[in-house]
Amino acid sequence: MTIETEQISFGYGTRPAVRNISMTLKPGIFYGILGPNGCGKTTLVDLLIRHRTPDTGTIFYRGIPLERYSRKQIAREMALVPQHYAISFPFTSREIVLMGRHPHLGRLDFPSKMDHYLVDAVMEQTETREFENRLISELSGGERQRVIFARALVQDTPVLILDEATSNLDISHAISLFNLAFERVSDRGKTVIAVMQDINLAALFCQYLILMKNGQAVYQGHCDEVLTETSIQSIFEVKSSSNTWEKFLLKKSEIAVPIAVGIK
Amino acid sequence: MRRITCSTGLQLLLLSLLLTMLVAVSSGLGYIRIGFFDVIRIVLSKLPGMESLTDGVSSLFPVVITTVRMPRILTSACVGAGLALSGVVFQGILLNPLADPYTLGVSSGAAVGASLALWLHFGIWGMWSIPIFAFAGSGLTLVVVMYLASSDTELSSSSLILSGIIVSSILSAGVSFIKYMADEQVGVIIFWLMGSFGSKTWGDVWLTLSSLILGLGVCLFFSGELNVMSLGSRSAASLGVDTRKVRMILLITASLVSAVCVSVSGIIGFVGLLVPHIMRTLSGPDNRRLIPVSVLAGACLMLGADTITRAVLPHEIPIGVLTALIGGPFFCYIYRRRQVSGFHDN
Repeated sequence: MTIETEQISFGYGTRPAVRNISMTLKPGIFYGILGPNGCGKTTLVDLLIRHRTPDTGTIFYRGIPLERYSRKQIAREMALVPQHYAISFPFTSREIVLMGRHPHLGRLDFPSKMDHYLVDAVMEQTETREFENRLISELSGGERQRVIFARALVQDTPVLILDEATSNLDISHAISLFNLAFERVSDRGKTVIAVMQDINLAALFCQYLILMKNGQAVYQGHCDEVLTETSIQSIFEVKSSSNTWEKFLLKKSEIAVPIAVGIK
Repeated sequence: MRRITCSTGLQLLLLSLLLTMLVAVSSGLGYIRIGFFDVIRIVLSKLPGMESLTDGVSSLFPVVITTVRMPRILTSACVGAGLALSGVVFQGILLNPLADPYTLGVSSGAAVGASLALWLHFGIWGMWSIPIFAFAGSGLTLVVVMYLASSDTELSSSSLILSGIIVSSILSAGVSFIKYMADEQVGVIIFWLMGSFGSKTWGDVWLTLSSLILGLGVCLFFSGELNVMSLGSRSAASLGVDTRKVRMILLITASLVSAVCVSVSGIIGFVGLLVPHIMRTLSGPDNRRLIPVSVLAGACLMLGADTITRAVLPHEIPIGVLTALIGGPFFCYIYRRRQVSGFHDN
């Protein structure tokens, strides 16, 4: 389940969004993708799940070009928690989560008992069980996002892609969902690829970071190596005295980990 | 807004019973009243070995039932079912609860085709001339709308709706022009546009029934995908649904089913919009349940409305007018109730 991208590029019309990105994503690692707005993070995710196909370059999944997989095969390998979602009809939360089993079901199959057990377990973990029978349209933004997260976990894929999956969540729910994703990396050897805005959360969970700017992967490497003052300043163009910088970025070892452990 | 929980099997059973009852009762109603049990006897006598059942029933009654009323009753039921089916599918694909079978301009295309045939007295195919012209009009419209919308690689609902509106407004100008040019034919054109099930034959029944069964099969086959597609195209893709392909297949299927309905009966509004709405509040948005339930409900509603205009009202009024007169205010009511209950889309 290694994902390799070879010099992939993609543009909307003449405007390039992703430029010559080469990277190797291995199982058992929590990856983070950081970068300013409009740097091509979401486009990169779209390329990885083949919602879009690269203009040039190839993506290999398990050593085979991604375009040789069927849509359904990809859906059994990768799950996505999208940043934006609009659910147009009044489904209940449970029905939405159950849709995560769709790639595993045959046509005209109704979900089996096992599918329902899995849904129960995941809804328990994501604390969505309490509103499983409420309509998705009646939930708050944060509750909905947890339902969408649960749907992706129910999909039970080797690769989990989070596209700013916690943008509507309070810090405690954000951390507990990232903990669920992190468990799947550490205990079951899955791959998590998380597009993030919050550098602190990235420092907390990600083992490996990809910093993007203008469609290019400018820095790639272990979290501790990549997350430096110079890299952050050049990527996000924030100029600050080192004093405020210290306040902005909590050091992983000092504060962040105790928070995570406390909540877990 | 809470769902009225009631198992889908029970709903299907109740609706089937209601439909059967409606067919039996409405066959007896009309200028010549026929008793309920005579109707049952006449129908059963068509089965092999049961011919003796009609002994003692006036010899006129079987003719009235089998050659006059049954074709009309069954055609109206099939058309109602077909319009409800394509209404569910259109709302599901376009992710827009205001979509109906005519959103992509199927009705305007049929209107132009039928008006042309009526204006030019085109009768080379006999009684089928107008349906064939109407169907060709809808088909051509569908091709043009799809072509316009396909510049958008995702075939998104907004580009489909926009293309449908553009083409429809051009075509309605065309219909106005034909009406203006048609002189004394204008009455016939207007009457056709308002819809009617008068003088339907068994040919109409078989045509609408077969298109309904085919369409229903295709739509049920893709109903699971249609559910997932209500999460939006990106999420649907990540769940293994080829949204563009499914959209294309379902749009064409639903449009063809409604094109057949329109070409047989004229333009009958509101059934395709209203039935999916009502049934969604009763059985939930899951298309695997919603589609069969809506098909039966559409058949009941259309047959009920047609029976009212045919046998209950002192003068027959066009069914399209009746459905709009009843359906419009009812739609206002549920729309209003939904706003009050705080349900918002997306």
